[in-house]
Formats: sequence, structure tokens, C-alpha cells
Amino acid sequence: MAKSDVKVLGAWPSPFVMRPRIALNIKSVDYEFLQETFGSKSELLLKSNPVHKKIPVLIHGDKPVCESLIIVEYIDEVWSSAPSILPSNPYDRATARFWASYVDEKLFPSMKEIVSADGEEAKKAAIQVVVDGLVLLEDAYAKCSKGGKFFGGEQIGYLDIAFGSYVGWLRVTEKFNQVKLLDEAKTPGLVKWAEAFCAHPAVKDVMPETDKLAEFAKVLAKARAAPPPK
Amino acid sequence: MEEVKLHGNCFSPFSCRVTWALKLKGIPFENIEEDLSNKSPLLLQYNPVNKQIPVLVHVGKPICESMIILEYIEETWPQNPLLPTDPFERVVARFWIKFAEEMGPTMWMMFRTSGEEQEKFKKESLEMLKTIEEMALGVGDHEKKFFGGDQISLVDLAFGAHAHWLLEVIEKVVGVKLLEDHKFPRLHAWIQNFKQVPVINQNLPDSDQMVLTFKRNRERLLASS
Repeated sequence: MAKSDVKVLGAWPSPFVMRPRIALNIKSVDYEFLQETFGSKSELLLKSNPVHKKIPVLIHGDKPVCESLIIVEYIDEVWSSAPSILPSNPYDRATARFWASYVDEKLFPSMKEIVSADGEEAKKAAIQVVVDGLVLLEDAYAKCSKGGKFFGGEQIGYLDIAFGSYVGWLRVTEKFNQVKLLDEAKTPGLVKWAEAFCAHPAVKDVMPETDKLAEFAKVLAKARAAPPPK
Repeated sequence: MEEVKLHGNCFSPFSCRVTWALKLKGIPFENIEEDLSNKSPLLLQYNPVNKQIPVLVHVGKPICESMIILEYIEETWPQNPLLPTDPFERVVARFWIKFAEEMGPTMWMMFRTSGEEQEKFKKESLEMLKTIEEMALGVGDHEKKFFGGDQISLVDLAFGAHAHWLLEVIEKVVGVKLLEDHKFPRLHAWIQNFKQVPVINQNLPDSDQMVLTFKRNRERLLASS
């Protein structure tokens, strides 16, 4: 498959963009990474994702695929030889999808609440919500991993990708708030899992360094605080 | 005999989706009607995270979240397929299912609010309906009977639940008209096709009872806010 046949439209800091990149790496599929300029949207992006105008978009041949987890499932179905990304049995697949949905709909918004929380008390409360969510995921990890290193067992899988893509931003949040979110006392399994995930060959070149991400977070915060252009 | 149980509620659009999927595939199941003001200990045990219906229990194992349940049903019982086999067509189906899931909460916020706030949600809901009309149903030269073509699929179940509750509950109880036929001709045609499918037609909740129940719910909501 020629490299130019598979393109990922995205940006390096985005956890959602990391997901298809990790999936393609797992399948050893070469791809061209087309990075959007921060603050603007390319013609290609607007054409490929007219409904949401958001990254990531996978372009396979001439077909655009949108929504990060939908892209991951597509990658698993098209490049169907091992290693598999989704679990093989329907019940485990449902479990993986449930927790992936939890991470996107509950955990990530709760992480953003820490940023927008006004004052010490509010920040503390917001942090507790995230920690409580991570404790639920610790329990899910114990059940899903079945003794392996990852949610997917011995291999990284769908839920590792869905949740793992947030590890960089979790670490940035820890750094900015001087707090441990993934911590030895409450989530020992996840602490080990996060290390193993970030060190995985399919992940290590895709997951940005925490410091680099932290610098970007500051740029993002400034851009958001700035008055809108007239 | 594979034991299939559904913990649901007949006035829940999410619960209805699961009923429709099971019946479209001819899967026998036991329906356990949950009182949402007094949830059973079993339900809370099966869905400790969200504590919500529907929950499908298959051979003792619980599956939660209606669209995740539907994908599970599709994978476990492949007869009368409700998703295409082609990976790209599946992408398109899943994209619109996700869109339906995002549209739902916006629409229901019209039910939960009033005045200016409600206007805002009404505007957002109309935008989303316009997108479906033009981009989901409006693609291709021929008019599609269902979202995926000639056959009913999970996309129709995803939207169908929201569309039916929009027309029969939200519009009636709140007193707004969103899905005007002349503004949304394709959606209008699709809703007719959807409701004419025998399984759907025979598994819609009693409208008058439902409106009464939701009217009471809205009064309580607005009184407490």
C-alpha cells in the first residue's frame, strides 16, 4: 500500500489524532501525516469533514473517515490481519466500547473542568471527580487486562488507545495543578499501565513529551483568553 | 436456550431501540419493566456506573448503553443484518449513529428548559435536523427509503427513537414545532417509511399515556429549577 494512499489529517497535540496514528502503527501501515496549522482549517479538512470540520480525518484512497474511534474500528476492519485492535468476542467488545465512551463523555470533560474551575475549592472538587473516574477505570483495568499489561491483555487494543491517548494531557494537568491523578495509592495498576502504554513501539513516537505538551497548553490558554478577532 | 433479558422502560427511547433490534432479529427475550423512580437493586448491580436503563443481560452478563447493546446484538445474532458489511459503509453508518447520539441531548434540553435558554436549544436542534436532511438523507441521486438504502439499519433505530419522541413528546409537551414537513421533506418521508416497518409499528408506546407522564415530568423539572 503506497504511503500516499493513507493520510491522517490532524495535529500532534490532539489526543483524538493520536488514536488513528497508534492504530495504523499497530498494523504497520505507512501513512502521511498532514498537520493542520493551529488556528485555521485547511480546504482539505473542510472538504473531508464538512459536518464537523474537525480533526482527525483518515483519508484512505479518496475516502474520508471521521471521528477518532470510528477511524480506529475502520482500520481494524480494513487491515484485518493480526494484531487485532478490538477484542474478538462480542461481550469484550461491548465492554471496551463502554469504557471508551465513558472516557470521552465523562473523564475528558471532567479533566477540562479542572482548567475552568474558579478558585481553590472548585479546583479541588473538580480534581476529585477526575480521581473518582480513574478509580472506576482502575477496576475496569483489573477486569479487562486478565493478567496482561494492557486493557487488551497482552497486546494493546481499542480501550488502551481510547484511554491512553489522554495520558499526555493527564500528566500536563498533574504538572499544572501539582497533583497526582494517576497515583500509586489509588490506581497502582493504571500507573504501571500508563508507563507501558507510552513506551509501546506503536505509541512512543506519537505521544508527545509532557513538557512539550505543557508548553502547547500555555499557547492554547493564551489563544482562548485573547479577544476574538473583529 | 440462550437467556436474554432486557431491563427497560416502555417510555424510554433508548429502551425502545433495543426492543426494536431484538424483534427485528426475532430474538426471544424477557422484558423487565423498571420503575425509573424506584430502580431495582439488580439494575443498579448491572449498571453501577450510570445506573440507567436499558441494560441487556445475556446469559447472566450485562451490557449497557443502547447503541453499544445494538452493536452487541448485531455481532451476536447475525441474521437480518442491521449494519452493512463493507467497512466504508459501516463508517458512514457509525458516523450518523454518533451524530444521532449528539443530537439527542440537545433536543431533550428543549424539554428541560424554558424561555431564552430553550430558544437556544431549539435553534441548535434545528441546525442538526437540517444537517441530517441535507447530508445524511440528501446524498446520492435517488431518494433513500432508509438511512442505509433499502433496508432498515441501526442508523434508523438510532434516529427513529429520537424522531418519534421529538414528535410525540417534546413537540406536544413543550408546544414547539420543529419537524415541519415542508421544511424537512426527506425526514418526513423517512419517518413514514420507518413507522411502516411492522416491528416498529407494533412496538411504539401508547402516545396519550406517554404525553401525560412526560407532562408531569416537565412540570416537576421546571418547578424545581
